[in-house]
Amino acid sequence: MQNNKNAGVPAFLGKLVRQQFFIPLTALVLLTLFNLIGDPTFFKITLGANSAGNPVLSGPLISILDNGSELAILAIGMTLVTASARGQDISVGAAVAISGSMLLRMLCGTNSRPDTLQMPIIAAFLIACVVSMLFGAFNGILVAFFKIQPMIATLILYTAGRSIAAWFNNNELPIVKDETFAIFGGLIPGIPIPTPFFIAVLCVIIIMLVLKFTNLRLYTQAVGTNENSARLNGLNPAVIKVMSFVILGLCVAVVGLIKVSRVSSINYSVVAKDIEMDAILAVALGGNSLGGGKFNMGASIMGAYVIQYLTTTLYRYQVSSDALPAYKAVVVIALVVMSAPAVREYFSTLTKKLKVKEVA
Amino acid sequence: MYKYLFMRRCALFYYYFTVLENCQEVYSGVSDNIVLNMRNIHKRFPGVYALQGVDFTLRAGEIHALMGENGAGKSTLIKVLTGVHPKDEGEISIDDQVVTIHSPQEAQNAGISTVYQEITLCPNLSVAENMYIGRTEGAFQNWKKVNADADKILQSLDIPAKATQQLSSCSIAIQQMVAIARAVDMDCKVLILDEPTSSLDEQEVAKLFKLMRDLKQRGVGIIFVTHFLDQVYEVCDRITVLRDGQLVGEYVIEDLPRVQLVSKMLGKELDDMSDIHGEYQTYEAKEGEAPVFEAAGLASNSGIKPFDFHINKGEVNGFTGLLGSGRSECVRAIFGADRVTHGTVKMNGKDVKISKPIDAMRNGIAYLPEDRKVDGIVGDLSVRDNLILAAQVLKGFFKPFSKAEANKIADEYIKLLSIKTASADTPIKSLSGGNQQKVIVARWLLTHPDYLILDEPTRGIDVGTKVDIQKLVLKLASEGMSVTFISSELDEMLRTCSRLVVMRDLNVVGELTGQDMNQSKVMSTIAGGEKNAE
Repeated sequence: MQNNKNAGVPAFLGKLVRQQFFIPLTALVLLTLFNLIGDPTFFKITLGANSAGNPVLSGPLISILDNGSELAILAIGMTLVTASARGQDISVGAAVAISGSMLLRMLCGTNSRPDTLQMPIIAAFLIACVVSMLFGAFNGILVAFFKIQPMIATLILYTAGRSIAAWFNNNELPIVKDETFAIFGGLIPGIPIPTPFFIAVLCVIIIMLVLKFTNLRLYTQAVGTNENSARLNGLNPAVIKVMSFVILGLCVAVVGLIKVSRVSSINYSVVAKDIEMDAILAVALGGNSLGGGKFNMGASIMGAYVIQYLTTTLYRYQVSSDALPAYKAVVVIALVVMSAPAVREYFSTLTKKLKVKEVA
Repeated sequence: MYKYLFMRRCALFYYYFTVLENCQEVYSGVSDNIVLNMRNIHKRFPGVYALQGVDFTLRAGEIHALMGENGAGKSTLIKVLTGVHPKDEGEISIDDQVVTIHSPQEAQNAGISTVYQEITLCPNLSVAENMYIGRTEGAFQNWKKVNADADKILQSLDIPAKATQQLSSCSIAIQQMVAIARAVDMDCKVLILDEPTSSLDEQEVAKLFKLMRDLKQRGVGIIFVTHFLDQVYEVCDRITVLRDGQLVGEYVIEDLPRVQLVSKMLGKELDDMSDIHGEYQTYEAKEGEAPVFEAAGLASNSGIKPFDFHINKGEVNGFTGLLGSGRSECVRAIFGADRVTHGTVKMNGKDVKISKPIDAMRNGIAYLPEDRKVDGIVGDLSVRDNLILAAQVLKGFFKPFSKAEANKIADEYIKLLSIKTASADTPIKSLSGGNQQKVIVARWLLTHPDYLILDEPTRGIDVGTKVDIQKLVLKLASEGMSVTFISSELDEMLRTCSRLVVMRDLNVVGELTGQDMNQSKVMSTIAGGEKNAE
């Protein structure tokens, strides 16, 4: 009886190791343990009130939910691009600046600091979405029709994007004075949880519904795994690649809204800086192959929050923002090595051996 | 002066003779000098017991065929031997010394070289670079010397290639021979040829066989994996037969007639393949019925000359010709897989435009491509996803099959075509070749086509599945489907087709029906005597 139980444990472990969720989950558990031992106050959440008198929850966990949400939204699009185009879009940070700048241009008009909005927020947002999707399509066309490697193709916008963003507003810094605009990056009056989290949840629900009720998953996976075969089965690989870039463009517009709303203004050179690397990392951390093909959307989203968890933890230990990338890199190396197929193989044979020993 | 030269020559001759004599002693025909001994090899994969105590013995200077259906364990045995997969149990010895092989590199060091079905060289490097890649010493390389060495080896093996030539400019056959030359130059004792002939035409096969016999004389032990029975009987000395992961037996070739070999591989008395033809009659066109598919002056960017072609309801016809004659290019043009440049197409008498695969699919055409790995399977995806792919694309982006529907379809077709897979969730790439092919066939049957094009559906798959597929073709035709069938095995074509379109050098050069459908007539049309040309 005892023996049976023991034999079951390695088997269960082996199964767990092979799950795609294993890596982000392990990282999550490790980080949590680290914080529990190092500084339990990390998990403390306090209810206070902000300057406007609205209730607000604060604490590291809330800040993870808040900032991780932007990353999670980008991870959705990045996962699709990775799967279909077998490469990554490194221009998302610049694209966030573009869509944010467009949004402000629409809201503020030519006078960069008007007292009233020049246009309903929803209309301005839709225009920003269209612009952002057009830039996505531009990337997609370079990749799909001109067969340029995704990283190279998106390097163009990565380089030029922030200048384009500044040019939209004649290099001025528009400021939105309307308070409702601050809701998207802040709080909904009466609800103490940051709005970006709700936006992310909405995006996740939408993408899950899309994956369930359309063939997006099958088509992108087929194109990413074997383009020839996909074509001979009636798919148009180029269209599907462009589509994934357009979806990423939409995600970028949503993040642009949150980013601009947070400060009711924009700093072209700093907004969403290096966010593309975190988004790509989220995909990798979710156990998805950066070489395209099969993907697991849930794992990518989880990966995004884990990265934010890591960032917040590091901040907590007074790591200066200059040194942050170095610390992050160490953790990333550990995680990526752990998720490498060779290491996984080793783990699973190890558990197998354990099992044999237990039985003997 | 002359006297001196003469004496020297005599001495040389004497030397050569003694060497030759020694060789003869050791390597005359099949010697009993065992180079490789595999005993009681076991290998388990999740869900599959791939090798169950298999023995294999290879002697120096013999060509040894390793035969078995797909899933019999041939590939696994080879992979265990070459260190790709670790063995679970058993013992491998080379020259009576027990060895453990953990990686292909170690296998090479132990004198085991492999030439795979797919060329694993680098096409953009030169022939010499390919031969010496990965085994140069030090950081610097005297390329002049390397090229000279390579040329010497190529010459000695009678391989028509130059050391400095870029590999991709050689034909597939030559590339394969270069791979073999590389292996030979590394002083291999055991040379494994895994389906080397499947993409070669007859002349190229003959050249390869000459090379193999040459190597045999030099005392190399050759393991030859193939599906072509003719080739086994032409070149091999011994046969080891595997079935379902178990050893059936090792036979000297003279003691094992062909029929017995097939029945041993299948594990039952042979369901004689010649029987199938008798059951079905040759096709007769009905009066006044428009052809299912009709093309006039069709040509594509692949280089084929414009051709006319038609197929009637319930007919089975085929394109035949040598490798590279344009038979695959013809059907690719029909399906819109290559860019169509000329020609008009009618289906059931109505004009249609087919410029890309989806057009063809919407018109009820299905196409099983020639190269299963490159164009057919979507490797990482599950058997289920691979099965439903084409039907799903036809159904539309916004109408996915529900999970239950997809599962039902998958289970149904797995059973219908007896596809051997652990489950519908298994990635298709882990299935054996024959079973992958069945999945692709099922994929297209699921679209309920009126016109099915099968380009080499039986290449690289086992005898049993071959017969299954041929039977299936005839059954579908009897139910009213039109089928175009291409195979490089003429027997198969003659058995299944009622009309053959003959190709030569990207041209249609003839069409054979009824009485004319025999081997010699086809051959002479392919060869191109004037009387057969149109």
